[in-house]
Amino acid sequence: MSYLEYNVKTVPSGLRKVLFVNWPLALLLAAVACLGFLMLYSVAGGRLEVWAEPQMKRFVVGMLAMFIVGFIPIWFWRNVSAVVYLGALVLLVAVELFGDVGKGAQRWLDLGPIRLQPSEMMKIALVMFLAAYYDWLDVKKVSRPLWVLIPLIFILVPTFLVLKQPDLGTAILLVAGGGIVMFAAGVSLWYFGTVLALVVALVFAVFESRGTDWQLIEDYQFKRIDTFLDPGSDPLGAGYNITQAQIALGSGGWAGKGYMQGTQSRLNFLPEKHTDFIFTTLAEEFGFVGAFSLLILYALIVGFCIFSGLTNRDRYASLLTYGIAGTFFLFFMVNMSMVTGLMPVVGVPLPLVSYGGTAMIVLLAAFGLVQSAHIHRPR
Amino acid sequence: MRRSPKDNLESHRKISRRGLMLGGIQAAAVLTLTYRMRHLQVDQADQFKLLAEENSIKIRLLPPARGLIFDRSGAVIAGNEQNYRITITPEDAGDPEMVLERLQALIPLSPEDLDRTRREIARRSPTLPISIADRLSWEQFSLVAVNAPALPGVTTEVGLSRVYPQGPDFAHVLGYVGPVSDYDLSKLEDPDPLLQIPRFQIGKLGVEAKLEDALRGKAGTRRIEVNSSGRVMRELGRKEGDAGANVQLTIDRRLQNYVQARLGVDSAAAVVIDTLTGDILAISSAPSFDPNLFVRGISSADYRELTENDHRPLADKSVQGAYPPGSTFKVVTALAALEAGVVGLDETVWCPGFLKLGDRRFHCWKRAGHGHVHLTQSLEQSCDVYYYDIAQRVGIDKIAAMARRLGVGEEFDLPMSAISGGLAPDKDWKKRTYGKDWLIGDTLNAGIGQGFVLASPLQLAVMSARVASGRNVMPRLIRAIGGEETPVAEPAELGINPAHLAAVRRGMFDVTNARRGTAYSARVVDDTMRIAGKTGTSQVRNITAAERARGVISNDDLPWNRRDHALFVCFGPTDAPRIAVSVVVEHGGGGSAVAAPIARDIILQAMAGGTPPLTAYPESQRNRIESERNELQLMELPPPDGKGQSRA
Repeated sequence: MSYLEYNVKTVPSGLRKVLFVNWPLALLLAAVACLGFLMLYSVAGGRLEVWAEPQMKRFVVGMLAMFIVGFIPIWFWRNVSAVVYLGALVLLVAVELFGDVGKGAQRWLDLGPIRLQPSEMMKIALVMFLAAYYDWLDVKKVSRPLWVLIPLIFILVPTFLVLKQPDLGTAILLVAGGGIVMFAAGVSLWYFGTVLALVVALVFAVFESRGTDWQLIEDYQFKRIDTFLDPGSDPLGAGYNITQAQIALGSGGWAGKGYMQGTQSRLNFLPEKHTDFIFTTLAEEFGFVGAFSLLILYALIVGFCIFSGLTNRDRYASLLTYGIAGTFFLFFMVNMSMVTGLMPVVGVPLPLVSYGGTAMIVLLAAFGLVQSAHIHRPR
Repeated sequence: MRRSPKDNLESHRKISRRGLMLGGIQAAAVLTLTYRMRHLQVDQADQFKLLAEENSIKIRLLPPARGLIFDRSGAVIAGNEQNYRITITPEDAGDPEMVLERLQALIPLSPEDLDRTRREIARRSPTLPISIADRLSWEQFSLVAVNAPALPGVTTEVGLSRVYPQGPDFAHVLGYVGPVSDYDLSKLEDPDPLLQIPRFQIGKLGVEAKLEDALRGKAGTRRIEVNSSGRVMRELGRKEGDAGANVQLTIDRRLQNYVQARLGVDSAAAVVIDTLTGDILAISSAPSFDPNLFVRGISSADYRELTENDHRPLADKSVQGAYPPGSTFKVVTALAALEAGVVGLDETVWCPGFLKLGDRRFHCWKRAGHGHVHLTQSLEQSCDVYYYDIAQRVGIDKIAAMARRLGVGEEFDLPMSAISGGLAPDKDWKKRTYGKDWLIGDTLNAGIGQGFVLASPLQLAVMSARVASGRNVMPRLIRAIGGEETPVAEPAELGINPAHLAAVRRGMFDVTNARRGTAYSARVVDDTMRIAGKTGTSQVRNITAAERARGVISNDDLPWNRRDHALFVCFGPTDAPRIAVSVVVEHGGGGSAVAAPIARDIILQAMAGGTPPLTAYPESQRNRIESERNELQLMELPPPDGKGQSRA
């Protein structure tokens, strides 16, 4: 069933929409963000103005964006999905041509007063566009090769642009995020199985090729893999970040060292302590209890989204909700796996907690889409 | 686009199924992550806690205060002063060149300091701090400290640095300290970790080097919490090290100062020794240098000045110098002959001005000859022929043995650098060294302290002390280490017939007190401080027969470095000797004219325990002595603060 088909009059209008907002979701998001402020205050050594305060301002802007996006009917968003995707794609190309180089990668687009990270926007735009695609596509055609190939192109074009920046973390998130929407849309599991088998085979081939004349990746890349597999092999070089992060995490113990008492972060042993590695500070200062609590908050956010998707009979709305929830899930999962040593370091921030403007606002705006789907669901 | 309700329902079911699957996968992932966190944070927590501590807690060594060195009165002659300095740890600096550049904008850095810092950065481990500059003023020091945030890796430190308040006076005795060099480290098998502290000072020469182990002390430790760039965040604990042991010397700093001043700019050495205990009261070599220059890092210009000076200020002539003792050695020949019984106390020898050996003539310094001389006269007038004769009679081996008994040719165990053993030659020695037989002419030359015989000023002072006391006096430089007195046993008798000793002393008494004595002009007229001595003038060149025929060129007409050495040994007071002195003036000319007056001034100063009354000098000399005293530049020496005495 599509929104074009059901009675628009059953949908709340005007200020009444406030009553239909998914409040538990909004409160959970705010709770996570508050935890983020707390940690940013701590890693700044008890100074508000360094990271916590700008982050709060962005949170306020992000929340406003969430409500504005949420109050706009979901069919409007579906109709502009393609435009948003194309816009994000143009920005990605623009960043390739005119972007600022930050930390050795082109990620920023300077638009006077605001600096944009188009790759952040693309994560959401891709999800929107794919949801719209499957909403439009005949259900019976979903698993046909041609109709599987088209969304793959939609995914791979921005992925390629992001890889060129180079930003491996975002590229992985784009592929995985797109994959989640395709999965939710009901693309045959065979495809996923085949891709998985191919990936495994490729990884195997890469390792086999090492030292031979048909070596598939560069030596330094092998070294990175080695470092991931055994961070102790190079504790002061590439393994430094992982080792220090694990030390911070592990030394937190059950209940942590206490707020603002983390020696690892306070003494600057932690790399990127306010961005990608902020979770380690949380784990060091609040221990397993704190880290697990954050994980539960994240899981609840995802859970509320999935529940909202399950109860929504609109295809676009469900797919969009799953897609955004999935992307969000990938964010924190990749980040946490990375700092706990389950995954190589790829540079993915902890959603809503890590310091970063575009990511925070874009993410909250994306949850605005979830809210819109929730508010305007067919009843 | 319209779809059938059936399609819609089916698609909703499918999507819901997939949604549930997604939820399931995500739940599984969350569980995995939880398990992983539990593993790290609960199971392995203790291990990681330890690692975190090791990360942030570092142990730094605290350099101990170097032991002080006191003179015999308890005054500090080698102390420590506060030294403000800055160090850089290249690893923490990131880009050391940039940091150095910024530092240069703040304080002036000498090109030498910069060069050395760059060299050390290139060579040493980046985790070790390297000293950039020393001895900053308080203003410069605080300027750097205030700007610390802009200067990563730069640390300001207050350390202790050696200072020698009496400067040149003790340069040769104490030596000096300097930063540990790679060469120093390479010599040690298991270097003390302290030596890794940048610019840690260790003794390089003299007492500072020889007593390094006692003076250095034990390192303290400081437990500090550092951040990842190595900057110290706070101090967790501190265990002070043990300061090095204080050392007290037997030297009297006032006397030392006087002796150094009295030697002045001559190339000379003087040793003052206690005839009963062997305590060295003063030991100087002139010209001297300021050891403080070396501690601070001597400039190449200053260093060149010291090495190119033909008076060799860096050499310690008092113990390193070995000179032909000249006539002062006649004391040895006389005692050897007397003890061997080859000459009687009253036996006379005829001196016609030379002694003929084969077709070679051995000349007396007095061409006209001394006529009949017996032992005391031979000493008094320093008759060479008398000694040619008795040396020939007693033989070189007995002379050499007597020389060693009196200290010539003996290498004394004193904590000073490069102590010379001198040389008391005998037949074996010549055979060993030159592969030639000992000639009788060698014996004649040795008999008057020429030829192969060599003695250091220290040995001459010991010889004089042993003759004066008749005991086997051993020189002593260290009075106490760490407040513990070094034992001093009463020296054993030499075992020389007292009558023989008395005769030699009598002869020496006449040297300075009889009208025909060679050092009569250097006499003391105060009966409580009379001195006995022996002059010596040793040639540093051969006088050929041809030259002798033309007439020996006077010293004043020779270039400085070919003039004779002037020597004088003496002891006093003659009724109960307490002090023995030796003076050597390199290329000074005659012993009686040059060395004896210096030795008299010094021994009087030592016997009087300060400036002696002018009445000690012969009346005719008092005006001259007084004006000489006024010209002498002595150091103002405040009384010791007493700190040293309690420890000594």
